[in-house]
Amino acid sequence: MNEILKERKGQVVTKGQGDVAIACGKASLAGSVSQRACVFCGSRVVLYPIADALHLIHGPVGCAAYTWDIRGSLSSGPQLHRLSFTTDLKEREVVFGGEPKLYKALISLIDQYNLKAAFVYGTCIVGVIGDDMEAVCRRVSKEKGIDVIPIMSEGFNGTKKDGYKLACDALGKLIGTDDKTEVPEHSINILGDFNLAGELWMLAEYYKRMGVNMVACMTGDGRIDDVRKAHNAKLNVVQCSGSMIYLAKDMKEKYGIPFMKVSYFGIEDMSDALYEVARFFKSDEMMQKVRDLVREEISKLLPELQAYREKLEGKKAAIYVGGAFKAISLVKALRLLGMKTVVVGSQTGNQEDYDLLKELCDEGTIIVDDSNPNELSEFVKQTGADLFIGGVKERPIAYKLGLGFCDHNHERKEALAGYEGMLNFAKEVHASVCSPVWKFMRK
Amino acid sequence: MNTISKDKTAHSGSFSPPSEGLGEASFKSTRNACKLCAPLGASVAFKGIQGCVPIIHGGQGCATYIRRYLISHYKEPVDIASSNFSEEATIFGGGANCHAAITNVISQYEPEVVAITTTCLSETIGDDVKQYIQSYKELAGDKKLPHFVSASTPSYQGSHMDGFHEAVTSIVKSMAEAGETGEHINIFPGFVSPEDLRQIKTILEDFGIDYILLPDYSETLDNPIWDAYKRIPDGGTPIELVKECGSARASIEFGTIMNKGSLAGRVKNNTQSSSVGDYLFNTFGVENFRLPMPVGVGLNDHLFDILSKISGKEIPLKYKKERGRLIDSYVDGHKYIFGKRAVVYGEEDFVVGISAFLNEIGIEVTLAASGGESGHLEEEVKKYCPENTEAITARNDYDYEIIHEWCAENKPDILIGNSKAYYIARDLNIPIVRCGFPIHDRIGGQRIKHIGYAGTQELFDQITNTLIGAKQDNSEVGYKYM
Repeated sequence: MNEILKERKGQVVTKGQGDVAIACGKASLAGSVSQRACVFCGSRVVLYPIADALHLIHGPVGCAAYTWDIRGSLSSGPQLHRLSFTTDLKEREVVFGGEPKLYKALISLIDQYNLKAAFVYGTCIVGVIGDDMEAVCRRVSKEKGIDVIPIMSEGFNGTKKDGYKLACDALGKLIGTDDKTEVPEHSINILGDFNLAGELWMLAEYYKRMGVNMVACMTGDGRIDDVRKAHNAKLNVVQCSGSMIYLAKDMKEKYGIPFMKVSYFGIEDMSDALYEVARFFKSDEMMQKVRDLVREEISKLLPELQAYREKLEGKKAAIYVGGAFKAISLVKALRLLGMKTVVVGSQTGNQEDYDLLKELCDEGTIIVDDSNPNELSEFVKQTGADLFIGGVKERPIAYKLGLGFCDHNHERKEALAGYEGMLNFAKEVHASVCSPVWKFMRK
Repeated sequence: MNTISKDKTAHSGSFSPPSEGLGEASFKSTRNACKLCAPLGASVAFKGIQGCVPIIHGGQGCATYIRRYLISHYKEPVDIASSNFSEEATIFGGGANCHAAITNVISQYEPEVVAITTTCLSETIGDDVKQYIQSYKELAGDKKLPHFVSASTPSYQGSHMDGFHEAVTSIVKSMAEAGETGEHINIFPGFVSPEDLRQIKTILEDFGIDYILLPDYSETLDNPIWDAYKRIPDGGTPIELVKECGSARASIEFGTIMNKGSLAGRVKNNTQSSSVGDYLFNTFGVENFRLPMPVGVGLNDHLFDILSKISGKEIPLKYKKERGRLIDSYVDGHKYIFGKRAVVYGEEDFVVGISAFLNEIGIEVTLAASGGESGHLEEEVKKYCPENTEAITARNDYDYEIIHEWCAENKPDILIGNSKAYYIARDLNIPIVRCGFPIHDRIGGQRIKHIGYAGTQELFDQITNTLIGAKQDNSEVGYKYM
């Protein structure tokens, strides 16, 4: 049997074996069990945390059912985003058109729920039967006096990344629609944080301590009114570059707002992020506050981490996550715990990300784009990894092979960002790698 | 009766204003669907074939979502390939993608069976998967190929159960052959847990009955730990065995609704058999015994009588004792549960089976709800809860938000069904007993027993203890004896 499909060979690179560039950004091969989702998924997950908007999925039942409350994005107020709404198209609508059903669904939901705007997601079949979603949205918008934004996210029309872009375009339509609000001098937007397990709240606290005001977070704990005034910020701080970089570039072009890419994962990257922001505002006072903050947090954290490091020193990890930026942070964070990364890959990384990964990793590390269970299990076996970091689809692969697992996907329940997050991460890695249950597995 | 159901399938140009309350004639969209799409059900059924790799012929998201959903329940690797539709395939047809997917699955997995299930997308553009398979075989010439099966499962027709039964029926239709009647029977258990499948096998083996169990994902979706990674997990019904379904002496199928949902609200009627048992009876004259999912003493007595009749053997002592212990526990527990009002929800055949059981132990089924679309749920539930028909609200086409609103108004004592209603239980402070599919917030969903005397015993203990626990927790005294 072939471990790696012939057409996929360019998407797997081992550091130290020839200097070839990895092929990425390719559509998945037919017949592979890819861990990727679709265009619809990309736009849905990016907009999902906006808690006071209606998210209506126009299509048959599946797309809505499988995305019902799947992420750990918390809201400090409304919880509307945790409900799953769908027009639940049937054969009749497929034959005669789904526009009347969409119209009725929108009107009744807007009347029933307290909401600030509506996003309507078109799925595969809507693109095929040719429903004029835009016309229906325009009409409802006019009748109900709220923004109803269509997102033509047919699943077949590209990859998950194209879905991110559509989500950014949708946000772009809202940004700039509130000009009355004044914001303080040191104001930023946080882009690409989804407030998983309350991570945004931790970050917002750090920024507050250094005297930075957050105008909008897109989209963690998101609110429509915040998005509307996001153009007033002086800087966009972008995490999870895969999903939000389009919006950052768009806002730079339209409003002249510069952006910087950061990661909040691991203490190095977390601290760098805060320093970078302080450097941007050219404020000595802010810089001093950051120094104090970092010193305080790290001196609290390091002694606690040390205990875990002693147990984890020399263990090997395999990483397969959605975005490559996250993978980069993970490699560094694992290093802090004394662990070595032997396999690293992502669903949607770009050339730049993979170059950075190659630079960062040790010789012999396998670097892979858009992998599948067969390959992943093979790599794990080859390298003798002790831990796998991935999402829910990778978990059973790891467990069946008898290695520890750390959930670093969007449904995680423990905050992993920031300084506290680093400690949670160490705890979770330790709880899995050092569990006594592995002794029953024949290695 | 069911105004919501009528309204949802109605397609009219007049938009009536939405009104308050349940069951009013306004379309509210489906809010937290109590059903899944057909390709999911078909994928589960195909996972029950030995050496089988399912391919979902459609966009990539379908396979990924369905895998994720199943993995969260079974806690097992669930490999399902996708033919990864692009815009080009959508416009010019998915034939090339389908062929490429088959080739890649064969080279990566060396499967015995490739099972292709369609989606809303591939069905709408009119892809003919059977023809693609035919042309693939022709192109391959003399090359040895796996078996192929396919199921037509557009997600706009029926629910995941319709997909499940469509897959089972299509496997049988493509494989079963006529022959001299053998000693074996066919058993079609419907959508039950891997643990239930293991129980069925044990019961049949204890009776000494030779059987073909279809599908059999008792191992494929509930593997032991592995020494080395297996691309295709062990277990499943051998496809060659399905040939003999046509020469079985009898079929037993669990479920009285099966795939009737895919026939409801069709623009064009098709000639689909209503169940695999019907098909085998109509085509090969195989006698068919149909009963609801056997939960409770009554339905299991019925099942064991059938098995006794077929095998010509007495019911083994082991099961007489199981039955005796079960009834003994009914006596021990009866006062704690009598007259309690339960809401049962999930797949239609699951709801019918559980309702029949609750009825026989004195728990009132107040709401029996499903997102399934057969239109037969009310009639079936009432048939199996004869003493209680007035008090039961049984509804097709319900979603969790309608159930939520119903519970807020009617304050039931217990929710019984999958984990998706946990949010309702939490919001309204109603105890919940998790069973059925999916169980996404606990481990062990694949090991929950539902059927047989033994399965009933576990459900009975759990339901009774949950009700006792609720009383204990809510009392000011904190009793040490209940």
